[in-house]
This record gives sequence, structure tokens and C-alpha cells, in this order.
Amino acid sequence: MPEPLLSVKGLCFLHLGPFSLNLHPQERLSLSGPSGRGKSQLLRALTDLIPAKGEVIFQGQPTQTIAPQDLRRQIGYLPAQSAWWYERPRPHFLAPAQLPLQQLDLTPDILDQELKNLSSGERQRLALLRLLENQPRLLLLDEPSAALDPRNTLLLETLVLDYLRKTKAGLIWVGHDPIQARRLCTRHLQLLPQGLQKGQYELEGALA
Amino acid sequence: MILLTPLDLALGALLILLLALATLSLRLEMGSRLLLGALRATLQLGLLGYIVQFIFSRQGILWVLAISLVMLLAAAKEVTARQKRSFVGFWGFGLSLGALTISSYLISFYALWFILQAKPWFEPQYSIPMLGILLGNTMNGVSLGLDRLTSLAYERQTEIEGRLSLGQNSKEAILGISQEAFRTGLTPIINTMAAAGLVSLPGLMTGQILAGGNPLEAAKYQILVIFLIVAGTGLGTLASLWLAANRLFDNRMRLRLDRLQTSQSNVDSQSPKR
Repeated sequence: MPEPLLSVKGLCFLHLGPFSLNLHPQERLSLSGPSGRGKSQLLRALTDLIPAKGEVIFQGQPTQTIAPQDLRRQIGYLPAQSAWWYERPRPHFLAPAQLPLQQLDLTPDILDQELKNLSSGERQRLALLRLLENQPRLLLLDEPSAALDPRNTLLLETLVLDYLRKTKAGLIWVGHDPIQARRLCTRHLQLLPQGLQKGQYELEGALA
Repeated sequence: MILLTPLDLALGALLILLLALATLSLRLEMGSRLLLGALRATLQLGLLGYIVQFIFSRQGILWVLAISLVMLLAAAKEVTARQKRSFVGFWGFGLSLGALTISSYLISFYALWFILQAKPWFEPQYSIPMLGILLGNTMNGVSLGLDRLTSLAYERQTEIEGRLSLGQNSKEAILGISQEAFRTGLTPIINTMAAAGLVSLPGLMTGQILAGGNPLEAAKYQILVIFLIVAGTGLGTLASLWLAANRLFDNRMRLRLDRLQTSQSNVDSQSPKR
């Protein structure tokens, strides 16, 4: 049995948890469940953006012993709403000339347009490219195709799968589309409340 | 020098009373605040006059230290009260107090010891007005800068966390916000420098001239005081922003907005006292 890429034991944050979960190298996991159950907060806790109790082990190392900048470069978290701080996309990238823009049906001139004039789908695709520049070992993608049409959704999925194949990275994909989840992922979990006990949630295999 | 009588002050107060009556009849609902403010200022300044007169007669460093502490605590309380989202617990007050202490005490001491070279250096005639004018202005810069920093951190949470998610450290993630907060803190004093002598006759110089001083000597004092104020405001704002930016993140470089109080609406924007 190979060592898991990510091992979560009894993780509690906000009023949620405990959560436990193992992710094996190159495994692709889909995470679904009703809104407001803490799927996004779980991703934020995994990349140590919010305080949490319990244990997260990444590549054999407790995450609390990894410098937070390194951890967040290795566990690439893409929030549902992408954040931008310069007026145009270009300065947000490390190597804007080398982006595989055409794979997502984007043209290089998009890098110099004003971000407020771009659609949320365009911004979301650019945010994914920005995230992949760090070469993360594990991707946490929060509804990355929510603002895309069917064709661009497929292009984005192909890009993600290509990246995972090339780098042997793992994936946790949060989304509401079971067909997409089957297309992309090897294992499926659903985040459900169990019972009325305060804060008792469990991750259960549901789809597949 | 023309000495003011109680009647002179009463004639001045008459203007406030008339203004309050006017706002009352226009239903602008500022009358009671105007009157209370005038009453508060009269009591505070009158009391200060007596206390300073008392301290002048004693000439002890402990008396100077005691009144400077009262002034410092009052300024720190004022800074905290002007925050829309101050830090919870001791940090809200402690941060303002720390920044004001570092800047005002340090700059006052520098001015008294090296520049004015009064004998003794804490000579109350110089030390108390110096600390007062520094505190009043530093307080302004610190409160504006801090308020801007915490408000922007709250508004731009997604930006800060987006930067952190990409592997930036906390200093990089908040740099743009710190710059904007620092600019906000220093803007009033920079505007004052630009307008000094052209648009406005600064308070200190006006006071000296009215009290019978030589205008050229008054101008020299005013120039020195402006330099000291800029240094004090800059140092105090810098210190407060540095402390606050550290407090906004924990040792795992998480943005901790839970360390801020929820929005308060009791924020008065006041003009610099000079």
C-alpha cells in the first residue's frame, strides 16, 4: 500500500467536522453535497487558510510543520470566486508568455485587457492557469467550470487531466454535476449531515 | 498683550449659542452636539490651564510625567474610539497606545534634548505643549491609517486570501493595503504642509502672534513644529500599521478577521487639532 498523498484525521473547523479522508497518489476525488455544508471551507482548511483542529498529513509530513507559503504552493486551491489585484491579468502571472492559453480557447491579447471587462468564465480559466504555474502536487478546485459553456468545460477538464497525467498530482474537485464527476474522477464522496448531534458530519461514498 | 476677561469668553460663547439656535430652528439636529462639544472643550482647556499652571509652579519631572501619561492614555482612547473595526481585547487599545508612545515620546524627547536644549530638558513650558501638539497630530495619522488598514483588509479578504493561496507571505499579501493605509494616514499632514502660510495660518503661530510674539520667531517655531509633527505622524502611523498588519495574521499566515470587532457606527471624523 503506497503512502497516501493526503491523509486527514478528525479535522474540525468553524462548527463543522470531524472529517477524515485519505487520498492516494494520482487519485482524483469528487466532492459533492448540498450548498452550505462546508465543502469550500474544507478546501480552505486543507490549505491552512482557516484555523482547524485535527491532523492533516501531506506527502508524509504534518502540514503544520510545512511553511505555509510552501504548503499553499504545493496544495493549489482554486476558490469559486477568483481574486485579482492588478488592473490587467498579465502581472498576475510568473511567465505570461508560456501560458497554454489556446488550450482553453483564449488568445494572448486577453492578458492585457481590463479584468473588469472579462467574463467570470474568462477570469476563472485564467485563475486556473495562474494556479498551475506553481506546479502544485495536489489540486483543490472549487466549482472551476461553474461559469463555462459545455465546450469550454470540456477544454478545461482536458487541461486539468493533462496536467495531472504529466505531473502525477492528485485532485479534489468540488462540483454539483454527477456526470462531470464520473467523467473526471476515480472516487466520489458526498458531504452530508448525519444525525442532529452538533457538528457531526461524515464523508460517505455516495456516487459511483 | 491683550488679556482676555470672562466677559470676552462669554461673547465668544454667544456665537456658539446663536449657531445652535439657528440649527435648532432649521431642524438640522446638531444643536445639542455643538453645545456639548463647546462645554466639553471649555472644561478640558480650563482644567488644563490650571493643571499646567500648577505644574509650572512645581517644576518636578514626576508631575510632567504624570500629565504626559494622562494625555497619552486619552489620545490612545480617542484613536480606538475612531476605529470602525478595532482589534478585539487588549490589542485594540494596546496597539494605539504602543504606536503613540513610541512616536510622540521619542520625537518630543529628541526635540527637547537636542533642539530646544531647555534647562532642565523636561521644562514644562516646553515639554507639555510639545507633547500635546505631537500627540494631537500623531493621533490623527494613526487613527486614519489604522481605520483604513482594517477596513480594507475586511473588504478585500478575497484578494488577501487569493494572494496567500498562491504562496505569497503575509507581508506581500497585504502590501498594497498597507501602502494605501499609510498614504491615508499621512495625507492630512502633507496637505497641511502645502497650505501652511498660504491658505491657513497654523494654530501655533496664530497663538504666538496673538499672545504678542514676534511673527518671525513664531514662523521659526512653526516650521520646527511642522517638521516634528511630520516625523511623529510618520513614525506613529508606521508603527501602528506594522503592529496591526502583524496582528491581522497568525503564525500560519492566515488572515484572522475574527480578531477585529464587528462594524461600529460611532465613528466621528475629526479634524486635526493644531
